[in-house]
Amino acid sequence: MSDFPTQAKVVVIGAGIVGNCVVGHLAELGWTDMVLIDKGPLPNPGGSTGHASNFIFPVDHNKEMALLGEQSANQYRDLGMSVDSGGIEVARTDERMDELNRRMTSAKAWGIEAHLLTPAQVKELVPFVNDEVIKGGFYCPTVSVVDSLETGTVMRNKALDKNALQVFANTEVLDVETSEANEHNGRRTVTAVVTDKGRIEAEHVVIASGVWSNKVANMADTYIPLVPAVHQMADVGPIDVLAETNNEIGYPIVRDMDTFCYERQSSGSMEVGSYGHRAILHHPDEIPSNEEAALSPTEMPFTQDDFDPQMETAIELMDMLGDAEIKYAINGLLSLTPDTMPCLGEVPDVENLWSAAAVWVKEGPGMGQVVAEWMTYGYPRVIDAHGADIARFYDDERSDEHIWSRADEHFIKTYGIVHPSEQWEGRRNLVTSPYFSRQEDLGAEFFQARSWERPQWYASNADLVERYDIPGRDNEWDARWWSPITVGEHLNLRENCGVVDLSAFQVYELTGPGAVEFAEYLAVNKVDKAIGSSTYTPWLNQDGGFHSDLTMMRLGEDHVRVVTGVFDGGRDEFWVRKHMPVDGSVKFTNSTMNVTTLGVWGPNAPTVLGQLTDFDLSHEGSPYGSVRDVEIATTDGPLACKLFRISYVGDSGWEIYTDWNNGPQLWDAVMEAGRDLGIRPTGGGVYGSSGRVEKGYRLMGAELESEYNPVEAGLARPKVKAADFIGKEAYLAARDKGPDAKMCTFIVEDQTSSSGVKRFMQGGNEPILTTEGERIIDSHGRGSRVTTASPGPSVGKHLLMGYLPPELAVIGNDFQVMYMNELYPIKVGAVEGSVFDPEDSRLKG
Amino acid sequence: MRILCCVKRVPAPGAKINVTEDGQQVETAHLGFTTSPHEECAVEEAVQLTEAQGGEVTVLTVGPPEAEEQLRYAASVGCQNIVLVPTDGTPLDPQRTATIITETVQSLESDGGEFDLILFGNESADSGGFQVGVRVAHALGRPIVNGIKGIDIEADQVIARREVDAGFEVYHLPRPAICGVKEGINLPRYPTMKGRLASKKVELESVDTDADAGGQLMVRLHRPQETAKETAILGDSEDAAGAIVDLLEELGVMS
Repeated sequence: MSDFPTQAKVVVIGAGIVGNCVVGHLAELGWTDMVLIDKGPLPNPGGSTGHASNFIFPVDHNKEMALLGEQSANQYRDLGMSVDSGGIEVARTDERMDELNRRMTSAKAWGIEAHLLTPAQVKELVPFVNDEVIKGGFYCPTVSVVDSLETGTVMRNKALDKNALQVFANTEVLDVETSEANEHNGRRTVTAVVTDKGRIEAEHVVIASGVWSNKVANMADTYIPLVPAVHQMADVGPIDVLAETNNEIGYPIVRDMDTFCYERQSSGSMEVGSYGHRAILHHPDEIPSNEEAALSPTEMPFTQDDFDPQMETAIELMDMLGDAEIKYAINGLLSLTPDTMPCLGEVPDVENLWSAAAVWVKEGPGMGQVVAEWMTYGYPRVIDAHGADIARFYDDERSDEHIWSRADEHFIKTYGIVHPSEQWEGRRNLVTSPYFSRQEDLGAEFFQARSWERPQWYASNADLVERYDIPGRDNEWDARWWSPITVGEHLNLRENCGVVDLSAFQVYELTGPGAVEFAEYLAVNKVDKAIGSSTYTPWLNQDGGFHSDLTMMRLGEDHVRVVTGVFDGGRDEFWVRKHMPVDGSVKFTNSTMNVTTLGVWGPNAPTVLGQLTDFDLSHEGSPYGSVRDVEIATTDGPLACKLFRISYVGDSGWEIYTDWNNGPQLWDAVMEAGRDLGIRPTGGGVYGSSGRVEKGYRLMGAELESEYNPVEAGLARPKVKAADFIGKEAYLAARDKGPDAKMCTFIVEDQTSSSGVKRFMQGGNEPILTTEGERIIDSHGRGSRVTTASPGPSVGKHLLMGYLPPELAVIGNDFQVMYMNELYPIKVGAVEGSVFDPEDSRLKG
Repeated sequence: MRILCCVKRVPAPGAKINVTEDGQQVETAHLGFTTSPHEECAVEEAVQLTEAQGGEVTVLTVGPPEAEEQLRYAASVGCQNIVLVPTDGTPLDPQRTATIITETVQSLESDGGEFDLILFGNESADSGGFQVGVRVAHALGRPIVNGIKGIDIEADQVIARREVDAGFEVYHLPRPAICGVKEGINLPRYPTMKGRLASKKVELESVDTDADAGGQLMVRLHRPQETAKETAILGDSEDAAGAIVDLLEELGVMS
C-alpha cells in the first residue's frame, strides 16, 4: 500500500462511535493530519457500536454520566440522527417506586422533563403492557433512539471534508511503540502505530477500540482497565401492533427495571435486552476475528439458558412477546470497568497516548468531545470529567483479577438500585492501614476509598449513642450505610477528643533544586515560604477550574511534600509527572506507603499530646499550619514524628506523620494518653462529612470541580502571588470578574416528609430550588444542587452544601431542596464561611 | 402418527472454521452450534405433518451432551419427545452412527410403537457423508428416498417428491418409510419465546450405546484452500458497456 501514511499528527485506533466522534470533534477544533484505522470494514467494523440498541435514557444520578448523556443526545439530535421515542422505567416493587422518585429528583437536578405515571397511564402510552404487574412508571419524553453507525460516518466525514483525516479500514494494529522512559518524569512517550499495512509515526495516539482497548493498550505496555462483557439481546417478531406503526420506533421504550430487562421496538419486532443474567466476561483474546465470527466479532453466540428467565418475566409484562419468534439473538459485547465509569484521558504512564474507552453509544459523542477537548486544551471544557479520568486508578485496580471481580459484582446492578454509599463486597482489604488489626478489634465498619480501607465508624463507640441520646433513622434508605454512632463520635470529638486514621492520604515528595519553583508552578497559593510551613491550596487547570485541592508542606530547602486525598491520588500524581520540568531539576517520590498519618482533634487534643511530648504545643510553639519535627513517647521509646497543626473538622489538633511501620506504636501511645480524656477512635463519617460540613470545608470532587474556580468556591486569597502557576491567567480574570456562583451551606429547616417521616438528604446531587420549586441556574448554565449533605450534630440540623448565583447567596434566604421527589424548606446558613463556629474560635483554642 | 427426526449438532455457518493443529478437531472456541439445515427442515416438516394430521414427533441425536441444545431447539418449535445418545464428542464414522441410530430406533419402537416415518437430513452440514440415512434404512429393512422436497402421508403410504431438472419425481413408499429431506422443502419457523420456555420442560431421554466403530477412519481435517474473490468495478453506466462486452467474450458467452 504505497498510499499508507508513514507519519501523522494523530492516529485514532477504532472507528466505532467513539473513534469517529473523536476525529470529528478534533477536526472541529482545528486538528489536521489525522489517521483513523480499524481492523474491520466500514461503516460497521464489527465492534459494539454495530449491535447497540442505540437508545438514550437521559436521567442518571451521576452528574458526569447524566450531563454527557444529555450532551450526546443533543449532538445526535443536531445531526438529525435521533428520534425522541420517549421511554418509561416501570416499577414492580415499592422499593423501585422509591427509586423512581429518586429518578424524578435527578431529572429535576439536570432539568430533564419527567413524569411519574400510574400503571394505567403507562398502559395508555404502551397499550401492550400488563399493568397488573407494575406499580407505576417513570416517563421521560426525551428518551431517544439514535443511529450510531450513521452518526459515526457523519462525524468521520466532517473530518474528511476538512481534509484533516485519512481513513483505513481492514487495517489491523500489531503494535503501539513508545520511547524509553523519560528521565525527568519516568513517563514514556508514544511514538508510532504498527499495522499490517505499515508503520505510522504519530505524535498522538487515541485508543478508541471498544472491547479491544486494553489489548491495544497492552501493546504499549500499559493498561486500560476494562473487560468485555456480554449483554444479551433477542429480537422477537413479527408483532402486528408494532408493524402497524410503520415506524422504526412508534412506542416508548420500556425498561422493566426490577427484572433488569428492556423492551425496545425495532420496526415490526421487539428487542428484548437483558442485564439480568450472570456476568459473562471474556478476555479480549477470546473475541473472534471478523472472519471467524458468524455475525460480527462482538455478536457472540447466544447462550440461551442464560436468557430463559428473562423471557418469562418479559412475557409477564408483555404477553404478546410469548408468541413472537426469536429471529435473532446475541451475546453482545460491551465494556465494563472496575468502578462503572469510562476510561478517558491521557494514559498516566505514556505521554500522548489517549484512552477513549469504556464508552457506550449513549455517551459516545459527548465523550468524544471530552477527549478531543482534553487533547486540545489540556483539560475537557464541556464538563468536569474527574470520575472518568483514566488516571484515577491505582495499581491494585489495574489488574484482570480486580476488573473481573468488580465487573462480576456490578453487572447485575446496571438496572439496580444503588445507594450512594454502597460498598463493594469483593476485592476488599487491598490496602489497609498500620492500625487495621486494632480497628478490627474495635469493630470498625470499613468503607473502601478506591483500594484503601478506612473506618467509617467504630462499633466500640456504641455507648456514645446512649450518652448523647442520638435517635436512629426511621427510613431504611436513609439509615442504610449509616450509623448513629457516627453522630456520637462527632459529639465526642467536639467535647473531648477523636483520633482519625488518615493513612489513606497520598503523600508525594518533590525534591531537588527545582522542587520549590515547580511546587509554585502547580499551586495557586504561595509554597515558597519558611521551612516548616504549609500551604492549603487549589491546583488549577489551564482554564482556571479546580484540578485539585490539597496541602503542600515546605519540609526543606529543596523539599516540598504534597498531601492529597485518596480519591485524587492517581490524578494528582499524573498531574505532577505530566508537568515536571524537563531539566531534571525535580525528583518525584511517592512515599504514601512509607508514611502513616493519625489525626488527633478536639478540645482535649493538646492535653492528650502534651502527655507524649515536651514540645511546645501552644499556638506559639505549634502555630496553625506549621509542620514541626517532634518526638512522641511510646512504650517502645521515642518516635520521630511530624506534627502538622491543621484541622478539617473544626477543632484544634494535629495530623501526626510518622513512618508507616511505627504506626501501631503511635496509635497505642495516643489512645493510652487519651484514655481518661474521652479519646475515641473516630471514623470517616465525622472527618469526611459532619465535622467538615459544619465547618463548610470543601472537598475535591464534590464542591470543587473544574467547572468552578476558587473565587466561586470562596477559596481565593486576598492577594495573588507573583510566581507563575498553571491557570494563573484564568484565575486573575476570574478574580476581576467576580464569582458567578458562591458556595453556601444550607440548613434544612424541616426534614419531615409528607408521610410524617424524618428524611435525610444524602448529597446525591439533589436539586436546590426556589421557594416556588423552580430550578436555579447561574449565568454559566450550572444548576444549583447539593454537593454534600450531612448531619450537623453540633448545630442540631441537617446541613447541605451547594452553589448559588451570587445575588441569591445571602444568609437567611429561603430555598427548597428536592429529595425523593418531595420538597423540603432550607435556608442559607453560611456563604463561604461555616454554620458552626464561624469565628474559628475552637481552632484557636 | 409417529414421526422420528434424526438431527446432528454442527457448527453454525457464517464463520471461518479453523481446525486444531493436529487436524483431529474443529476449533470450537468462537463457534456457535446449530442443527444441520436439511435436518432443521426435516423437523419443520415433521411438525407440520403432525399439526395437520395429529401424532407426535420424536427427535433423536447422537452427539456430545451439549447436543441437548439442538434437541431443546427442536422441542421449542413443536416436537414432543427428545432423545440423546451421548458421545464423548469425538466424531463418529457414519457406519457406527447408523448402527447406534438403528439400535435406538428399535429400542424406541419396542417401547412406544413403530415410527410411521423417519426423517433424515439429506446430508450433514459438517461431514456431508450422505450415508447414515441409507445405512439405517438398510438395517431396518425400510424404503428410503433422498433429496426429498415434498411429503404427503396417506393411510398406507408416504408420497415423497424429489426435485429434478424438469420437475419432480414422485415416490410412493409403503409405511413405515424413511426420507432424506432437502433444504427448501419448507421454511423452518423460529421458536417463539413461549415455545422455548415449554421446551425446557420436555423430558430428555438419554440412551447409552456401545456400538462398534465402522470401517471409515478419519485421518485428519484440512481447511480447503480459500479462493480469493476480487470485485472489480468495470465502470459506471454506459461507460461500462465496452468492458462488459470484453468480459462476456472472455467468458465465451458471446460469439
